[in-house]
Parts: sequence; structure tokens; C-alpha cells
Amino acid sequence: MAVKRSRRRETRLATALVAPAVLILGVFVLYPLLRTAWLGFFVQDPFGRNSRWVGLDQYRDVAGSDSFLNSLGVTVRFVVLTVPTALVLGLLLATLANQQLRGIRLFRIIFASTIATSVAVASMLWLVLLEPSTGIVNQVLEAAGRDPVNLLNDPDTALATVALTTVWQSLGLVFVVTIAAMQSIPEVLYESARVDGHGRVSRFLRITVPLLGPQLMFLTVVLTIGAFQSFGQIDILTEGGPQDSTNVMVYSIVQQLPLDRGAASVEAVLLFLVVGALSFVQFRWLDRRVHYGS
Amino acid sequence: MAADAKRIELAAGSKLVARYLLLALVAAIVLFPVYAAVMVAQKSLTELGSLDVLVPDRIDLGSVPTALGEARMGRYLVNSAVVSVAIVIGQVVTSVLAGYALAFLDFTGRRALLAAVAASLIIPFEVTVVVNFETVQQLGGVDTYWALVLPFVAFPLGIFLMRQAFLGIPRDLLDAAVVDGYGHLGILRSVALPLVRSTVAALSLFSFLLAWNQYLWPLLVTNRDDRRTVQIGLKQLTGAVGPDLGVIMTATLLATIPILVLLVVFERQLIRGLTAGSVKG
Repeated sequence: MAVKRSRRRETRLATALVAPAVLILGVFVLYPLLRTAWLGFFVQDPFGRNSRWVGLDQYRDVAGSDSFLNSLGVTVRFVVLTVPTALVLGLLLATLANQQLRGIRLFRIIFASTIATSVAVASMLWLVLLEPSTGIVNQVLEAAGRDPVNLLNDPDTALATVALTTVWQSLGLVFVVTIAAMQSIPEVLYESARVDGHGRVSRFLRITVPLLGPQLMFLTVVLTIGAFQSFGQIDILTEGGPQDSTNVMVYSIVQQLPLDRGAASVEAVLLFLVVGALSFVQFRWLDRRVHYGS
Repeated sequence: MAADAKRIELAAGSKLVARYLLLALVAAIVLFPVYAAVMVAQKSLTELGSLDVLVPDRIDLGSVPTALGEARMGRYLVNSAVVSVAIVIGQVVTSVLAGYALAFLDFTGRRALLAAVAASLIIPFEVTVVVNFETVQQLGGVDTYWALVLPFVAFPLGIFLMRQAFLGIPRDLLDAAVVDGYGHLGILRSVALPLVRSTVAALSLFSFLLAWNQYLWPLLVTNRDDRRTVQIGLKQLTGAVGPDLGVIMTATLLATIPILVLLVVFERQLIRGLTAGSVKG
């Protein structure tokens, strides 16, 4: 900029402008991260007293403990169950809605609609559907002469059922992001592929999917990070059970919080390492696009 | 020849019908949980035991007063509105100020600050809850509005978004303002801010959606009903109204209405924001 003033004066003004943001980010983001890592070096008795320095012992103990390995495994399974499913189904919805038909706008609104739901709202909707005695799922099964189910209360099905509700809730986002990009793909590309003898599936895989690369990458990262941070749907639908089969990392941290601050801190740091690495990849990718892209 | 043409026309016609049928079937599946909720919300406790509950035989808003009153949704909605609006205002102000400084001012520590904001961007809130809860407890913030708002008043992504928007302003306009004798604060107020209105709108929308949908933090820092936000209020409903699924569904739909209204009004900003998010961030 052409404004040339003394650097000192700009520093004073800049300090005033950035102070609020710096203060909040410092107190509620950066300081807590450092202190959480620090708290991991101390063990506490269950009353939150008698902190004792144990160095890296607690990190090692927690990282190797059955309960941590269980919640890590549950979380990874949850990511695997939700992210690819939401991507594929959302992409199929977008493909289905990407045609020139009278009234297609109505279908687009319906497919996008789950974007209006929060995790808590989506969970409540499904909780009522799945309610064992009066829920609609069991009403339908009963009408069909089948045995009632209690999907959220069975360790074999609970996680997959929570994943289903999460996929449903993510559909709107995947749909909105992919349909917008799909509409900007020139029709000529499809025409010439058709002339070359490519069928519908081949055109989808060779044209649509590659051209949606940036959107699919964005969605993969956003959904994956979101799945690692899942908490609300677990708290509402299963409370981590049955038998810890849905006890994801964040739920476990929150459970530990009042009982064992040291262990909760270690779990939080381990969560950070996983999510931080993913976010870093996204940030680098995003940064590159900002600098060299459009 | 004529028969062939007719056959092709017929084939095209039935193909069209098939397309609509497929669209309708998929739409019905996607919409089913919401449809069921709308139906259940209008039925009484005694009607819930059968599939007739899915029959749209009336429009009954009878459970709305119960949800707003007895089930305290009215209070929860007000709390969520207050908290979300405060967070939006805070985020917009801090992002605009810091974004402007990072875009146009040359100051000591600029690079360090950019790195710190980038670092904050990749630290999930879930990781910091242990210490943030401790901080709020020590400051006596449990069951206060400020505890629900303050940690979110700065938003790293918002700072970056505003910085990018400011950097996109044509240099000529800024130079002209300097020639006219404007200082930085004058430029920010009279030149830059009006030009980045659409980014401010998109940021406000996203920040409101995120704030309204928050679950974990409000759950941790509120115990009293009169400070609970709507999302965590929903879970308490099963305790407050017992097994009356109708009231619970009414409450759940009520929690969604403000977001629905916002999305319909700001549809274009949302789509632009999301598409920009996936291409540029």
C-alpha cells in the first residue's frame, strides 16, 4: 500500500486492532493446548488433589490402556463407517438431481434439507424413530411380522446405527457442495465422451469424479475431522454404551474430565495429534490453492 | 416409421416417469425422519403405539405450548438466540479488525501472529475443553452467558476470510482514499468495510450456524435450566416430559425452525460460502 508511515505508528495501531483476537485465541485456544499437554505430566487422586509429576509415564500408560485403545478403535471405525458412506450417497444424490427436469428444484431442496439439522436435532429425530416400544422402526417390523429390534442397545449394531444417523445428517452438506460443482461441468465433455462410446457409469467415473476433486477432498477432510470430534450423537443416542462399543475419543475425554484430569488431558493431546495432522494436511492444501490457484 | 416414432415417444415418456419415480422414492427416504417427526409431533401419547401415527389426518399444534412452556423450549430458544447473536457480533468484530491489520499494516510480530492464527485453526475445541472448563470454573463462569460466548469470540477461519477479502480490494481504491487524506481507521470504515460486505454476511451466517448448533461446551458449562441452550435442552426433554414423544418431536422441530428460516433467506450466501470453502477455503 502507498501509505508510508513510521513502522512504530503502524505497530501501535495494529496492536490495538489485533488485541481482541489475540487475547481470546491466547486464553481459550493456545494456552489451553499447552496447559493440557503440561497436565498430562501429572497424576491426580480422584478428588483432583495431590498432583504428582510423573513425566511421560501417564502418556505411556494411557496410550497403552485398554480403554484408550478401545475409544481410538471405535472412533476410527466410526470414521470409516461415516465418511465414505456420506460421500458416496451424497454424490449419488447430486448426480440424481443434476438433470434438467420440471420441478427438479423441489428435489434439490429436499436433498439439501438435512443441512438445516444440528447433530442434536438429527439424533433426537432418530432416537424417536428407533425408540424400542413405540418407535416407528419397530412398528414397521411388527407389522411385517418380525421381531422388534433395539439397535442402539446392542453392542453389535449401536455404532453402525449412530453412524447411520450421522451419514443422514451429513448428506445435505455433501449434496450442496457437489451439486454446485457438478452444474459447472460443461455438457460438451459428456457429449464427446458419449460419442467416444463411454456409458453412463464410465462418464461418471472419468469426468464427474475427477472434476469434483477439490470438492471431494474438501468434504473428505471436513467429514473426517468432524467424525473424530463426534460427541453430541453419542451423548444423545448411546452415552458411549453398550459395553463401551460407542465410546468415541471425545466422549471418553468428557467422561474422564471430572474423574481424572491427568488422563483426560493425555487423551485430549492424543486426539489433537490425530486431528491436528489431518487439519495440517488440509491447511497446506488450502494454502497452496490460495497462493497458486485462482 | 410412424409406429417407430410412437414407440420412441412412449419409451421417452416412460423413461421420464421412471426418472420422477426414482427421484420421488429417494426424496421420500431422505425426508422420512423429518416427516415422521412432523406426524408424531401432532399425535397424542395414546396414538403412538401404531403405524397410524404416520397418517397425516390433521394439523394439530397443541403440543407447541407444552413444548415452549412446560418443556422450557421457549427459554432455551431465547438463550440460544442471545448466545449465538453475541458470538456472531464478537467474531465479526475481532475478525474484521485483525483481518485488516494482517492485510494492510506492517508491524512487528505480524508473521508470528499469522502463524499463531494458523495454529489455532488446527486446534479442535474438543482438545482444549479440559483446560477451558478449568478456566471458566476458576473465574466463576458456570451457568453464565459470558462463559457460553467468550471462548468463541475469536474465530481463526474468520480472521483469514476477512484478510483474504481485504486483500482482494483493488489497490487503486485504497490509494485514492490515501490521497483523499484518510487514515487507516477511516479507510477501514468508509472504504474497505463496505466492499467486503458479502464476506461479512457469509461469515455471520456460518458463525451463527456453528454457534446455534453447539453441543459440547454448553453441556459442560451449564447446569441450570435457565441458562441451557436449545441443543442440550433437547436431551433433557426425555426427563422433563417423560415418554411424550409428540412434545419431544415438537421441541426438536422448534429448534430447527430458526436455522431453516436463515437458510431460506440466505440461500445464495450459503451456497457461495460452501462452494468457495471447497475451492479456496
